[in-house]
Amino acid sequence: MSEYVNITIDDRQIKVRAGEKLLWAALDNDIYIPHLCAIREKERPNAGCRLCFVEIEGDTRPATSCTRTVEDGMVVRTRTPRVDRLVKTAFELILSDHNLKCRECPANRNCALQTIAKKRGIKLRQGRFKTIVREFELDESPDDFAFDRSRCVLCGQCVWADREVAKTGAIGFANRGLNRVVTTFRDRPLAESNCAKCTFYADVCPVGAFYYKKAAE
Amino acid sequence: MSSNNPLDLYRKMHDEAQARIKSKEDKPQVLIGTATCGVAAGALQVRDDFVREIEEKGLDAEVVEVGCIGHCYAEPLAIIAKPGFPPVCYGYLDEGLVHRLVEDFLGGDDPSYEYALAALERNDVFPTFEDFPRGIYEEKLILENCGFIDARDIDSYISREGYSALATALTQEPQAVLEEVKAANLRGRGGAGFPAGLKWEAAIKSGGNEKYVICNADEGDPGAFMDRSILESDPHLVIEGMILCAYAIGSQMGYLYIRAEYPRAVRHVQDAIDQARERGLLGSSILGTEFDFDLEIFQGSGAFVCGEATALISSMEGRMGMPQSRPPRLASRGFRGMPTVLNNVKTFAYVPLIIHHGAEWFKSIGTEESPGTAVFSLVGKVANTGLVEVPMGTSLRQLIYDVGGGLPGNRDFKAVQIGGPSGGCLPESALDVPIDFDSLHQAGAIMGSGGLVVMDQDDCMVAVSRYFLEFTQHESCGKCTFCRIGTKHMLDTLVDITQGKGDTETLGLLEELAEDVRDGSLCNLGRTAPNPILTTLRYFKDEYKAHIEEGRCPALVCRDLILYYIEPPKCSKLCNVCVGSCPTEAIFTREDGLKEIDQEKCVKCDNCRKACPTEYNAVVKLSPPVLPPQKEKAVK
Repeated sequence: MSEYVNITIDDRQIKVRAGEKLLWAALDNDIYIPHLCAIREKERPNAGCRLCFVEIEGDTRPATSCTRTVEDGMVVRTRTPRVDRLVKTAFELILSDHNLKCRECPANRNCALQTIAKKRGIKLRQGRFKTIVREFELDESPDDFAFDRSRCVLCGQCVWADREVAKTGAIGFANRGLNRVVTTFRDRPLAESNCAKCTFYADVCPVGAFYYKKAAE
Repeated sequence: MSSNNPLDLYRKMHDEAQARIKSKEDKPQVLIGTATCGVAAGALQVRDDFVREIEEKGLDAEVVEVGCIGHCYAEPLAIIAKPGFPPVCYGYLDEGLVHRLVEDFLGGDDPSYEYALAALERNDVFPTFEDFPRGIYEEKLILENCGFIDARDIDSYISREGYSALATALTQEPQAVLEEVKAANLRGRGGAGFPAGLKWEAAIKSGGNEKYVICNADEGDPGAFMDRSILESDPHLVIEGMILCAYAIGSQMGYLYIRAEYPRAVRHVQDAIDQARERGLLGSSILGTEFDFDLEIFQGSGAFVCGEATALISSMEGRMGMPQSRPPRLASRGFRGMPTVLNNVKTFAYVPLIIHHGAEWFKSIGTEESPGTAVFSLVGKVANTGLVEVPMGTSLRQLIYDVGGGLPGNRDFKAVQIGGPSGGCLPESALDVPIDFDSLHQAGAIMGSGGLVVMDQDDCMVAVSRYFLEFTQHESCGKCTFCRIGTKHMLDTLVDITQGKGDTETLGLLEELAEDVRDGSLCNLGRTAPNPILTTLRYFKDEYKAHIEEGRCPALVCRDLILYYIEPPKCSKLCNVCVGSCPTEAIFTREDGLKEIDQEKCVKCDNCRKACPTEYNAVVKLSPPVLPPQKEKAVK
């Protein structure tokens, strides 16, 4: 097998490393595909956010680009009616469960959700789904940063950073279904966990759920 | 003759087993169906009654516990086999009937046919099950032993040629087993119908020395009990199938993933594994050959999603039971990262039969694309509920009306729900659809693992959808957006509709979201969760519209859209029954002596309607919840 393969994305021919996942191949070549949960180093993709849909010629239905390995001669479209429809619905579903008070959010203007909305022309104030109202306690226990679960989109970037970069293992996913949360062991405040007090979480969080206290002031 | 020949070893084992079993048959035997279905109906009490009565009368008869006999509507069930008589099956047993059967049949010579359901062998006196419509359509392959053998006695299975397929296979190359299964076109019975042979072949091609065989017994659909019954009634059949698969793909270790809520199945399978190991049918050097394979049970904790292949593997590896993206397929990277074959209980159960009788025999049953039989747990508004096995290609109509005996009390058929929460509801017009993987898929339902719920005019299709969505929403693992949040919004919309809320756009939005959840979810739980909505919208849209546009529930089920009303012309001054039945004291006696319901106090519990004597039938449900005009005058 040669080291590189040729693929076509939106009529653009590009040469990419064999074995690469389609999402990264596109992003490396400045072709935008929305994504939240994708982690390049992770061997088996999360495939949880369901935003990176593309249509691949020969496939019967849109596929998530984070799970597809590039193949020589692959012809890919990032914008088709079916892709746009799925991405819009997935995005609006996420928004229906997200605290949309952007002006109060430290990630305002630096938020992955705002980027997706802008790039794909989707309104942040979606009208299709009722907002899911839930109460969360704000965790301000660490010195430098805080965790506001009402903004969390469960992308798992912080859990990955905690385990694979900081090598701490202080946080993880807990519970099932709509109750799924990022939390510490036994749901303790971060300061009481074995959190190493590094600020990786705030660095990787794309939506301002983990944020620097300074930035919020 | 070499003593190392597996066939010789097997023959010896078989002859000993048969001699032992036959010697038991010289005296009367009482076989009691004590699978979970029987136990729930009181079979253990019936067993004790038989033992006590037989002891008291000093008779020489043996009481044996067998599995599910299949006629669950008539539980508790027993079969009495007395030399000189055909074996006879009795249903609806209680202490009095047991007393009579022991006295008259075991003690005397009167089989008390007036209490019998059917005989099990052709005779001149009493009809057999084959003489009923159910017997004509039913064809038992993997259920053949269920309810007739003692699941906890390996000899019972061996005496019926059990493990002979294994012995034969061990004299051939592993490739021969694979070829036979492939030639038989055995399709996976877990629901999707993927050919088992191709799955096995992919695992072989993945190479490596470490491979796993896993049996998926994480049956979780509401109303489905096929896998449980088979494991409880005939565990060795599944074990033999797994050993054959292991031999074909070159695996040394296998697991049965059984949910912990099936304690009886777990016990029976564990006993079966222990006994098979003792006989050299599991463990090292199986039947004197160089083939080693062992089995262990893994108990699942009951998450529905763990029936999904990747979630099942995650849960076995000690992680959260959540699905993962595929590829890689299990056949190349499954349990512990090794090639793994995961099949359903029923799929493995067919394997010994295919090896024993050959692929051609298997293909002669059922349809060309879906050979073999389909096993269903037939439940709901059907006269003869139970565990049934029919050839593929049988129509739903035959299954419900001939095998199931139709709807009780001449009620009108409305829909049949196939495939559990992932399946769909099909209407009367779809009753002639043949049961096979492809036809059902076309009609909008899926074969699923085999749950089949019959519904009549008293079932509201919106409420049914809501019920299934409650289930899937509750069972969603929460990993992916569509399933985690999408099922919540679909459920909320359905709850709104059952309360009469919604407008003209509601149904369009619901359908749109359902389609997107189907197309966008990560695993099959999410992808199939909208099926109940999509099929009911396709076949019963009028019912949805009645809820939204008229505030009316045609089946008179949705509580917010009905009220209870006592019709004055039917009510009697002489009767007070309803007043006493009401838990909230909402019913009072009017000046004219008739009864009336205070709508403010009424909680719509249905007690008064049930209590009202049939000669009056004065309590009715009205939908939309508006009182008739003359009623309002009476209040004033």
